[in-house]
Amino acid sequence: MRYLPLTEADRAAMLETIGAASVDDLFVDVPAEARLAGPVDGLPMHASEMAVERHMTALAAKNINAGSVPFFLGAGAYRHHVPASVDHVIQRGEFLTAYTPYQPEIAQGTLQVLFEFQTQVARLFGTDIANASMYDGSTACWEAILMAARITRKGRTVLSGGLHPHYGEVVRTMARFTQDNIVSLPTELSGEPDDAAVIAAIGEDTSSVVVQYPDVLGRIPDLAAISDAARAKGALVIAVVTEPVALGLIEAPGNLGADIVVGEGQSLGVGLQFGGPYLGLFGCREKFVRQMPGRLCGETVDAEGKRGFVLTLSTREQHIRREKATSNICTNSGLCALAFSVHLTLLGGEGLARLAAVNHARAQATVERLSRIPGVSLLNQAYFNEATLILPRDAREVVRELAERKVLGGVSLGRLFPEADGLHHGLLVAATETTTDEDIESFAKELEGVLA
Amino acid sequence: MNAVNAAGWRPAMGGAEEPAEKFATASGDYGLMLEEPLSFELGATDKCGVDIDAPDRAPAPGLSKFLRKAAPNLPGLTEPETMRHYTRLSRQNYAIDLGPFPLGSCTMKHNPRLNEKMARLPGFADVHPLQPQKSVEGALEVIEQLADWLTRLTGMASVAMSPKAGAHGELCGLLCIRAALDARGETRDVVLVPESAHGTNPATAAFAGFKVESIPATPAGRVDLEALKAKLGPNVAGVMITNPNTCGLFEPEMKAIADAVHAAGGYVYCDGANFNAIVGKVRPGDLGVDAMHINLHKTFSTPHGGGGPGAGPVVLSEALAPFAPLPFVTRGADGSIHLVEEENRGEGHARSFGRMVAFHGQMGMFTRALTYMLSHGADGLRQVAEDAVLNANYVLRACEDLLPAPFAKSGPCMHEALFSDAGLAEGFSTLDIAKGLIDEGFHPMTVYFPLVVKGAMLVEPTETESKAGLDRFIASLRSVAERAKNGDESLHTAPHFAPRRRLDETLAARKPVLVWRGDAG
Repeated sequence: MRYLPLTEADRAAMLETIGAASVDDLFVDVPAEARLAGPVDGLPMHASEMAVERHMTALAAKNINAGSVPFFLGAGAYRHHVPASVDHVIQRGEFLTAYTPYQPEIAQGTLQVLFEFQTQVARLFGTDIANASMYDGSTACWEAILMAARITRKGRTVLSGGLHPHYGEVVRTMARFTQDNIVSLPTELSGEPDDAAVIAAIGEDTSSVVVQYPDVLGRIPDLAAISDAARAKGALVIAVVTEPVALGLIEAPGNLGADIVVGEGQSLGVGLQFGGPYLGLFGCREKFVRQMPGRLCGETVDAEGKRGFVLTLSTREQHIRREKATSNICTNSGLCALAFSVHLTLLGGEGLARLAAVNHARAQATVERLSRIPGVSLLNQAYFNEATLILPRDAREVVRELAERKVLGGVSLGRLFPEADGLHHGLLVAATETTTDEDIESFAKELEGVLA
Repeated sequence: MNAVNAAGWRPAMGGAEEPAEKFATASGDYGLMLEEPLSFELGATDKCGVDIDAPDRAPAPGLSKFLRKAAPNLPGLTEPETMRHYTRLSRQNYAIDLGPFPLGSCTMKHNPRLNEKMARLPGFADVHPLQPQKSVEGALEVIEQLADWLTRLTGMASVAMSPKAGAHGELCGLLCIRAALDARGETRDVVLVPESAHGTNPATAAFAGFKVESIPATPAGRVDLEALKAKLGPNVAGVMITNPNTCGLFEPEMKAIADAVHAAGGYVYCDGANFNAIVGKVRPGDLGVDAMHINLHKTFSTPHGGGGPGAGPVVLSEALAPFAPLPFVTRGADGSIHLVEEENRGEGHARSFGRMVAFHGQMGMFTRALTYMLSHGADGLRQVAEDAVLNANYVLRACEDLLPAPFAKSGPCMHEALFSDAGLAEGFSTLDIAKGLIDEGFHPMTVYFPLVVKGAMLVEPTETESKAGLDRFIASLRSVAERAKNGDESLHTAPHFAPRRRLDETLAARKPVLVWRGDAG
């Protein structure tokens, strides 16, 4: 077999060295009745590279990939152009096939990348510091809530109505088990997010308030006002950014008073990948560093005084603190962090600003064209690259009918909020630098056809 | 005293001395040993490696009050500079493509490149998680086929696919147990964890709201069944057992452990990190396991990428299957595939405990793992386990005369060989051996874990090492061990030949510098 270097002669020689008659003798600790006599039932036998490729290619061909049709989905995962060099870097064996940098003297490549990544995330978010990544945005969000509870020693969390419902579900699921008190504000179809409702929900017992920016409907909350109100009550503000490209154009949450900023980094370098692996971003104030979850890379010097990098403050972590750790996270999203970092290095701050401006311009073109269709109207007062359109009927059916016409025309609010009947005419539409005028026109024509 | 190896190489004494021929170069580089500044020190704010046309319109008026005052302060690099920066950095990394990564209980096997190629097919890499189901049937089929492999290989009823990594899978399993107990109307708040467990086990139990109680090991390195039985009672929700365990040993009484736990009303969680030792040979479902996560990178060859992404599907018994988190994929009696999420959980899946992640889990890892399984087939996977165990026993028997192997007398090991640093010269320990191996060109083994053995060294070679490769590793390990036994002081300052000498971890933790501020005024 092509992945197994031992030959039959090797195996025989090694068994002799070991002093075993057969390989089965090495499995003596397994009770005889639990040992399988042959290959597991119901599974195919080994296959050549060519045969496997044929099987997998056939499966891939059953999907409609985003790049092959007019495509307007967002809602926490965005299709951006990833420069070709990003994938070449992450496929270098020294990065791809390295393990967690437990031996820093021979892992400076990975460690320096993590240090650069942490710096990039902190500057993008406007936070003092950032960690070396989490699984994804939704899990980073829950970890931020736990961290805020440790810092404030309070246990009530307010989720704004603009939080992505999947993120909210993750939080509510976890909180049921940890018995944290979660207040979920309703999501309403209004042109601006209900910041007043968020502020009114913050009490003296509130540990944190979670605000998505831009929010799940594409609206932009007034983070500065919410931060002022939270500070007055001793609560921390957790800003959630599901589209980091937005921060090339709109102000960084940390600069508006957010104490912890978490996000989904998939937009830069990672790609859609049907939802994973993605990249959890996590930044915060420096004074909270010892309450942070996840790995941290820090600068130091070696025995000759040369600058070098190590994983640090590991006394927060599970392999040292066991049941007293700040989190159980071990493996994070290292390779996705590398992809994000390479993409952002290629862009630089000015390039990101330009990319963001183009995204916003493409979204304006999309929204203007679609809202000219009779019965279609724009909800948002402001938006970045994603906005909510109100359709004359349930958007779930419209999305399905558009797909039959080979247009992937956004995410219906019914899919995201199945229990909120009042939202079901809402259609979330995203555009990026990949959206062409022809895409917009095709979408508009087919939407007109579906609604006619 | 210095050892001289067959090639005539002699380690430097005392660490401070450099080989006579190494002098300071103007660049700081030495031949192909290249130093590399930070990207921020190389880049400039007016540089960009992506050509982006100016937008065709100004921001909408509604956005004006939200606009950023200044672009993020991030220097950029052009494409040639970017490629060079990361390629130079990559050369400071050890990787499985360069040599074995014998980190016991963590380890990496070879990462087949077909996996990478398949994961990059546009039909997998370029599909959105919220596309209409009809446009992603192939993606759902990948999940369903991988689930079928995992349940058959483990002999379990079902599998939760969404957990993002092993520790996240542990959490999923424990939350299924919590949900099952809730459904029974019971509140049991204790989880029993052996002393030898991975740190994630107690951390996860605490994260899921349980109290953790420790169970001791027997002198033979196994769970003490009698001690475990003594702890069972109406407050015990379950146990977390690693099998094969972190001493590299199979738990021969696993079934008896499971029976005792079930009789006391608890559930059995198995940490499946070491499933690579038994895949195709033993089905955990036959041993009474209720939940077990599988680290796809460790058993099924997905890359670890210097710290992830992982993927931690959790196989579940009949008892726990109804509580699996959303979303998940099912195959109907007619063969059709369905995605179950909040919108359609209905009566059939009403007992799901909720949602752990925003989307469907680590799809990019699923395509790689399925590619690997199809390549090996049921027959090849069996050979994978056999070769992994053979390689570990070969290392064990080749070194046990020099390094004490605490459990080797009682019989063979499974996938990993455990040594201790007892018997080294005064003042020498596991750390010296690890750093000495770096000078030999190898990544060290797992050190000081498991905690139940003093100065533990846990060597897991995997099945993708050749005999010749193992012989080279063994020769190096023996050489370094000899030096440590003979009190070779140069080991205290090893590594001597890596891109960096020993790094000051105390300094890093005392005054954490986590971001670059070299451009601050």
